Amino acid sequence: MIPEIGHFALILALCVAVVQGTLPIYGAAVGSSALMSIAKPAARGQFILVLLAFCCLGYAFAAKDFSVLYVAATSNSHLPLHYRLAAIWGAHEGSLLLWTFILTIWMVAVTLFSSHLPEAMRARILGVMGLVSVGFLLFMLTVSNPFERLTPAAADGRDLNPLLQDPGMVMHPPMLYMGYVGFSVAFAFAIAALLGGNLDAAWARWSRPWTTVAWCFLTVGIALGSGWAYYELGWGGWWFWDPVENASFMPWLAGTALIHSLAVTDKRGGFKVWTVLLAIMAFSLSLLGTFLVRSGVLTSVHAFATDPKRGLFILVFLAVVIGGSLLLYAWRAPRVGLGGGFDLVSRESMLLANNVLLVVAMGSVLLGTLYPLFLDALGLGKISVGPPYFDTVFVPLMTPAIFLMGIGPIAQWKKASLPELAMRLRWAFGASVVTALLLPFVLGKWTPLLSLGLLLSLWIATTTMVNIRERVSHLVGNSLMSCLAALPRAYWGMVLAHCGIAIFIVGVTMVKGFEVEKDLRMNVGETATIGGYTFRFDGTQEVKGPNYLAARGIFNVTRNGQDVTMMYPEKRRYYVQNQTMTEAAIDSGLLRDLYVSLGEPLEDGAWSVRLYHKPFINWIWGGCLTMALGGLMAVSDRRYRLARRRERQEEPEAIRSEDTSVA
Amino acid sequence: MTSRRKRFAMIGLGLVALSVAAALVLNAFNSNLVFFFTPTQVANGEVPHGRSFRIGGMVEKGSLAREGDGLTVHFIVTDMAKRVPVTFKGILPDLFKEGKGAVAQGQLGADGTFLASEVLAKHDENYMPPEAAEALAKAKAAGAQSSSTLVVKPQ
Repeated sequence: MIPEIGHFALILALCVAVVQGTLPIYGAAVGSSALMSIAKPAARGQFILVLLAFCCLGYAFAAKDFSVLYVAATSNSHLPLHYRLAAIWGAHEGSLLLWTFILTIWMVAVTLFSSHLPEAMRARILGVMGLVSVGFLLFMLTVSNPFERLTPAAADGRDLNPLLQDPGMVMHPPMLYMGYVGFSVAFAFAIAALLGGNLDAAWARWSRPWTTVAWCFLTVGIALGSGWAYYELGWGGWWFWDPVENASFMPWLAGTALIHSLAVTDKRGGFKVWTVLLAIMAFSLSLLGTFLVRSGVLTSVHAFATDPKRGLFILVFLAVVIGGSLLLYAWRAPRVGLGGGFDLVSRESMLLANNVLLVVAMGSVLLGTLYPLFLDALGLGKISVGPPYFDTVFVPLMTPAIFLMGIGPIAQWKKASLPELAMRLRWAFGASVVTALLLPFVLGKWTPLLSLGLLLSLWIATTTMVNIRERVSHLVGNSLMSCLAALPRAYWGMVLAHCGIAIFIVGVTMVKGFEVEKDLRMNVGETATIGGYTFRFDGTQEVKGPNYLAARGIFNVTRNGQDVTMMYPEKRRYYVQNQTMTEAAIDSGLLRDLYVSLGEPLEDGAWSVRLYHKPFINWIWGGCLTMALGGLMAVSDRRYRLARRRERQEEPEAIRSEDTSVA
Repeated sequence: MTSRRKRFAMIGLGLVALSVAAALVLNAFNSNLVFFFTPTQVANGEVPHGRSFRIGGMVEKGSLAREGDGLTVHFIVTDMAKRVPVTFKGILPDLFKEGKGAVAQGQLGADGTFLASEVLAKHDENYMPPEAAEALAKAKAAGAQSSSTLVVKPQ
């Protein structure tokens, strides 16, 4: 009964979505206030209905209702409750429900924080989101219904893929989807602007916080996924350039370009057409990401669903959304106008260059991800594009982008002078070059990439310091602290996010440069030393989990004879799917991780073992979190709150914040 | 500079950036494409020499042998028509099993042994990597996949 209620709620939600996607947009076109006012209650109603459906599915999982096909396929009576609930998004159908649910959450957020928007614009935004929702609801109701019954009911379920039985996997999909779907708000803003033909600085200021919040979620989502791969897949990598990872990385690159382009539109009224295109791009890539991961076109750990019918539906949906919005763009963009001009050397031009580099990087990822699929589809043979391709392409593309990242924030808008910039940054440049060249020798090894990585992160750090110092010297204040506190939060957000990049680069550089990985056979009592740490293997013992049986290895780690820690990696055998899983043991630290995982049992209690020493690896995720934190900081800036309070009133605000930095 | 010349300069810069990027991408692409071959193609000598490629198929039952170091393994990948001996040094993935599909990346040695640098088995219990499945298409290997579960995943 409960699943039928959920199913019914989805059907009702579809009806509401159709109304929300048509009448308000029509109302905005003909200027009917009555029709436009439908948008708000419709969006909230839809939220309630999808929430109901979501709870129904959650209930089916909690109550172990194995007469529901999806529940039987992705859970098991021995699966602990929290993983049963996380199994809601453990596979295809439930992920779509989560997607739609998150979409309605964003809709409600728009209804709550849009009182300052013109009525027509709000109606159009909610209308466009309603149309997106129609697509997803239709998809679920036609080809991938999570509430489909199984007759006769299964005695027990097939269990959740053991790889997904992990706290990281509980949080990763919702975070990622919050990001993906969050770009639908930016997309809806862009389409609304195209429909209305009015795209001004105010528009950019309204859509900036939405885009930044979505970007923060996406950043955290990707970091969680990467962290999960690191400790759950058991071979210690943190990024594989797997198509599924690329699928989430492409919208991130486009979204990063978008938040910078929006800054220009907001502050200078420039880049208008480009901003709209990026918004369409970011959301299209989010849809593509969903399609790539959830249609089963890829061979990878994430692609659990395999069904061409669904693939076809999403393909058509993608074609309609991307094709439709690009058509609208081609038709209406000339009306929007290009925006103000600027000099060849100016903050605008540097942001533009950064944008181009980010989009080119995105394009190269797209090529590497889709080309093998196209060849395969055309029957021209199977190929794969290896990680070396992405590494070779990314380093030269990101190097100039990061170099510009140091200069951009201190350059003037409209027209800057190169000699003057060089003067202001000469100490930053000198200090970072010298340190980057010498530091590797202190650390005991020099490679060009090591120096380059350190140079880039030092460059960001030193230019940021120059920037802050200049900012403070312009202020008249009592103490340094009060001066620092007087700087706007949007500025601090930018500083934090850029420092996040620096931290991230330090992590990547140090891991790539100094990690030690050793696969070896270890007898009981044998020791091995890597990175100054000595690991003694004390054998294995059998451990019973709720739905698995494990061999748990015991490792004693010492350094210079001093005990450091005990580590217990496991090799688990999950009963239901009879699948083996490696559970690595990790001793985390600020400066290094120790990583032990069990390979295979050999004769006499010996095992093949992986021992890794990974310096600075946590900086990779620390950098991502810092970036996301920076984004949130920027969103909390008072100019957005003031703008909201001021209702639809225009400008004076913009003059005050004219030189507030890009964040 | 006039605004027109400025615009040209901007467009020029953009084009330069794009062409540099295109050159980079194509160059990297060319050297990093990894082609896939079936054991039959390997036996027929259709594979490149001195360059990495992938082979896929089923790991022959009873063919897995381990050397004394516990790390070097030998096994045979077959598409039921031809067999290719494979040598790999390292820890095999959890899902690697005799009688199951696997994909290996590496180079062909002078003696006809495939020296794998990487063994991939990133798939779940009942799922074949498409490359392996294609190589096994004739053998109808998919039908031989056993399932210990009650529910078949929706197709």
